[in-house]
Amino acid sequence: MSSTTEYRPKTSTGKIANFVDTRVGGSAMVKEFGRKIFPDHWSFMFGEVALYTFVILLISGTFLTFFFDPSMAHTVYEGSYNPLKGVHMSVAMASTMDISFDVRGGLFMRQVHHWSALLFVAAVSVHMLRVFFTGAFRKPRELNWVVGGTLLILAMAAGFTGYSLPDDLLSGNGLRIIDGVIKALPVVGTFISAFLFGGEFPGTAIIGRLYMMHIMLVPALILLMIGIHLFMVVVHKHTQYRGPGRTNDNVVGFPVGPVYAAKAGGFFFIVFGIVALISGFFQINPIWNYGPYDPSPVSAGTQPDWYIGWVDGALRLMPGYLGNFSLEWIIPFPWGGNNLILNVLIPMIPAAILIGAMFAWPWIERWVTKDDREHHLLDRPRNAPFRTGVGVAGVIWYCVMWCAASSDLIATHFHVSLNDVTYWLRVLFFLGPILGFIVARRIALALQRKDREIVLHGREAGVIQMSPEGGFSEQHAELDVYKRYKLVAFESHEVMPAEADSTGHVSRGEKARGAVSKFFFEDRVAPVTPSELEAAHGHHAPAIEESSEDASIDR
Amino acid sequence: MKALSQRRRHPLAAVALLLMGLLITGGLYAAAGSVNEAKAATTYSASDVDEGNKLFVANCATCHGMNAEGTTDGPSLVGVGAAAVDFQVGTGRMPMQMQGPQAQAKPKQFGDEETQKLAAYVASLGAGPAVPDDEAVDTTEGNSAAGGTVFRVNCAMCHNAGAAGGALTRGKFAPGISDVSSKHIYEAMATGPQNMPVFNDSNITPEEKRDVITFLQEIDAQGSAGGASLGSLGPVSEGLLIWTGGLAIVIAFTIWLTSRPS
Repeated sequence: MSSTTEYRPKTSTGKIANFVDTRVGGSAMVKEFGRKIFPDHWSFMFGEVALYTFVILLISGTFLTFFFDPSMAHTVYEGSYNPLKGVHMSVAMASTMDISFDVRGGLFMRQVHHWSALLFVAAVSVHMLRVFFTGAFRKPRELNWVVGGTLLILAMAAGFTGYSLPDDLLSGNGLRIIDGVIKALPVVGTFISAFLFGGEFPGTAIIGRLYMMHIMLVPALILLMIGIHLFMVVVHKHTQYRGPGRTNDNVVGFPVGPVYAAKAGGFFFIVFGIVALISGFFQINPIWNYGPYDPSPVSAGTQPDWYIGWVDGALRLMPGYLGNFSLEWIIPFPWGGNNLILNVLIPMIPAAILIGAMFAWPWIERWVTKDDREHHLLDRPRNAPFRTGVGVAGVIWYCVMWCAASSDLIATHFHVSLNDVTYWLRVLFFLGPILGFIVARRIALALQRKDREIVLHGREAGVIQMSPEGGFSEQHAELDVYKRYKLVAFESHEVMPAEADSTGHVSRGEKARGAVSKFFFEDRVAPVTPSELEAAHGHHAPAIEESSEDASIDR
Repeated sequence: MKALSQRRRHPLAAVALLLMGLLITGGLYAAAGSVNEAKAATTYSASDVDEGNKLFVANCATCHGMNAEGTTDGPSLVGVGAAAVDFQVGTGRMPMQMQGPQAQAKPKQFGDEETQKLAAYVASLGAGPAVPDDEAVDTTEGNSAAGGTVFRVNCAMCHNAGAAGGALTRGKFAPGISDVSSKHIYEAMATGPQNMPVFNDSNITPEEKRDVITFLQEIDAQGSAGGASLGSLGPVSEGLLIWTGGLAIVIAFTIWLTSRPS
């Protein structure tokens, strides 16, 4: 740039800004990034909620580290909570008690940290559900879906390592279950357990190790993954719902600067405010109720935090015996018997299936549909009945296991037998996903038919007309074009039978693909074509036009 | 001594030895077993017993039998003691509303005086735990921290560490311990109502029982430090709150933020 055209700021603020800008090139970044367009829809904001709750976790967690001591050394509690005065406990528990009762604002910060952790994992989950049901994971976003799934697992890991830190009775019981699951792994289990706990459970090492993972390793990985996740969002651009003027090649919405940045920044404070209000009004994890951990007592109503609940539920659903058939085997080896604890190992299978299917789904869908195009336009869930069915099946499966984790509370609060709750949930464990798939797919197809009906015949106007001959008929109001666009603009996959390859051979994999394709897409509702619309409106044109603001603008 | 050693091979020696052994074991057991009712030697008058008998026949005999010997519908009450009656009738569990997995607490049907007469009658049937005196349940004498430790080891597996209650098998449950009088807590420990085991005085000493009562009354009275307790049910109610209330508020704000003025 020549000196004659160099920009010379007049004010001192301008001079400082220019000084900085000429050295870091901020304006170029703002120019590039500030003009990025993000579409506006409420369902797109859960990722933001997750990000903001993570920031709250970092802030409140930093506060807690100032006062928390992750030591398992023995001490006698002498703080201000009377019912535990003089009780022996670990330093970790005592320092958590001090944070709760003797550090100013400590209990509030603990509750902020814990409530935002619950909201964080919930927001991540809802965000993933939104991405799944709208098909936002399709090309080119498959890898970002995998990064998101990894974030969900990391979020659960962060939550669990944090849950165990206070060394209270509740979390100690949870840790004992994890220890049991690890020990059930054939051959290597006991070694891994001894390695993790530094000897026999509970040992004196685990809290310090979990602390390191909780405040360093896992958050660092989460930050890394968030970085990759957001970078890919910028690279791919955001998806959008179908609408007039929205194509696969554009993004319709607001630029980041200034409106969107202001909204998003404000939203951070809204989320913080919500978490702070909940933390102020609702108690969470009252460790003083549970008391210090000691391997002998086990409290009734011991549950993990909600995001680990489904795995705990799978364990609760598993019978120890099937009839007279014990699921605990001892395999004889020359050096002695090795245990095979199937009643602990089998319940881990649903977790593996659910997480595996979650990661693999973009490829499964791509394989079945042979759809290799890029997709930047989202599906309404009803317009992908097969995917909606599969998603609902997964959600129901998860929820059955989730319910099972609170089977004891369901029994006491609804005055039913704990055994019956378990039996019913076992039935639902197998039938629930199947029924869920069928019902959800049928509902989606029915909604599509309803959409067709509305497009072709208009909305019922509620006006009954009597003809001169004495016949009665109801008037139908035609939709305005904007509303109609939503109902007709979608893609509907058709069955793709197995095809022969270049040598004329139909491989076994291709046959399987054809069968799955038939299963998924045999029942389908095609979008209304222009000619169908023409024909429908030709022979009984609606008498009145639906009045709406969009339509009046159009006129 | 010589006579004893001479007869040691007498045919009846084994029988005599067995008898002696049984007598000693039985006597020791009776002595140990009656530790429970050593306190609070409330004496009931003969008229109390008599009137209690009449109340019993009118209200309890259908299930427990005319002489409290028990039927297929209800257990024998011989030896359950006055404490059991005071607990079961005093908390409204007895008379039962209907047969079920377990008797439920409900508004009590008998006044204190009638309950005492019933207790007098049942106590007259055989030795059993007596109603504790005021000193045994004096929470100013107890140590809540010690009581909490006893509670976590002995009671928490059914009643929950925070005394919120918990489920047992086939519709039975351990109730939450809130708003229960100290006397009733003591009697429950001493008599083991419904599915609860008996914690006799050699298992949990009277002092420890008093500590447990002190602990329970203190955590009941102090309320929750961090705001609404959500039923003290732990992570389930916390998760439920964030998935319903928490997310609902968040969604309301997302809709507000993305709505456009029309």
